Amino acid sequence: MSGGLSRAEMAAWLARDIPEGWYVNLGIGLPTIVADHVPAGREVVFHSENGVLGIGPAPAPEQVDPWLINAGKQPVTLLPGGSYFHHADSFAMIRGGHLDLCVLGAFQVADNGDIANWTTSLSDTAPAIGGAMDLAIGARRLWVLMEHTTRQGLPRIVRRCSYPLTAPGVVRRIYTDLAVIDVTAEGLRVRDLAPGIDFATVQARTDATLLPVSR
Amino acid sequence: MIDKTVHSVAEALDGIADGAVVLLGGFGAVGQANALVEGLIAQGARDLTIVANNAGAGKIGLARLLAAGRVRRVVCSFPRGGAGASVFEELYKAGKVELEIVPQGTLAERLRAAGAGIPAFYTPTGVGTVIAEGRETREIGGRTYLLEYALPGDAALIEAWQADRWGNLTYRASGRNFNPVMATAARLTIVQTTHLVELGVLAPEAIVTPGIFVDRVVRVATPADAQA
Repeated sequence: MSGGLSRAEMAAWLARDIPEGWYVNLGIGLPTIVADHVPAGREVVFHSENGVLGIGPAPAPEQVDPWLINAGKQPVTLLPGGSYFHHADSFAMIRGGHLDLCVLGAFQVADNGDIANWTTSLSDTAPAIGGAMDLAIGARRLWVLMEHTTRQGLPRIVRRCSYPLTAPGVVRRIYTDLAVIDVTAEGLRVRDLAPGIDFATVQARTDATLLPVSR
Repeated sequence: MIDKTVHSVAEALDGIADGAVVLLGGFGAVGQANALVEGLIAQGARDLTIVANNAGAGKIGLARLLAAGRVRRVVCSFPRGGAGASVFEELYKAGKVELEIVPQGTLAERLRAAGAGIPAFYTPTGVGTVIAEGRETREIGGRTYLLEYALPGDAALIEAWQADRWGNLTYRASGRNFNPVMATAARLTIVQTTHLVELGVLAPEAIVTPGIFVDRVVRVATPADAQA
């Protein structure tokens, strides 16, 4: 796939759009690195479902605290003002609509905002949901950060998800290596294009029908 | 004098019966009461149902209990460990252990409800997905919710950072996770701690789990003790 953004550039693209003061949960995998790309001086409070608010940068190897991990079970740090709480409180924050934003990875997103991100087959090895279903329905907005196509070049943005859903109709915006796409009542509208990428290229790699950038 | 401390893991686990539902705190390995869960091997209870966020990783703690064949059923949100197939995944593929998969927030709330005397509740999580298929839903205020039931335990195995003889507890950083919720949700709440302190040492404002929820406390060796 030539011409698209790197994973770090994708994360930075999304991070630029997070305003100061938002409370944000970052899903495991690619979304986790969004925290490294928030512009300097902008205060954003990162939440992790295992009971941490105010997560800071990854620690240096000699500063790892084995008691302090994120939802991906990676060592993290706590910023001044950070706090710990138990799981029921953590999911009260999530389900109760207290998070401004959740960023999740996905296998597929449909043009109606359906997201499939927890399993590709129900007959696979032990399926794992984790916090994804609660996060998808609970945060005030759900943005997806993912590669535009699979490694095999198949579209991930589809008319209908073929994988089991995490939640129906919840995705508000999609950031990929090619474009930023809003999920609207009229359908999927391209909001921004990666440098050197045109609309036709994005549409050619998308199963669902796209609407062009509004001018 | 109230003294909930016991002198050994064996004493702490006394009375957990075959077929018991055991709530096991922890998120991954952090905050998991490994001395207690491994103590169940010598204790001998069989056909256990283990409720935990994960299904064990590596070869210690829950993975050891699973490998010993003591677990009939696992209720969890994320039954995957680190790299490679876990003990759980091998047993699950071989049909030797049952799995109930529960969204993480629903798991936490089912435990909270059990501890709070609430038998069931409606949640938006899982509506429109396979986990809601064939189950009771209800529309409230224009939104559809799924009925979920409380999940009480016969016993809870808790890892606390500090404990006193009344069973007051504190936790360390993200080692808190499910532990305070599970401590409220079982008929027999058993705590392992590396820091047993005198009554009155814990500031009342700092106590996360008040002793009313706790039945037994056992001091276990720290990793530093084990190396000494």
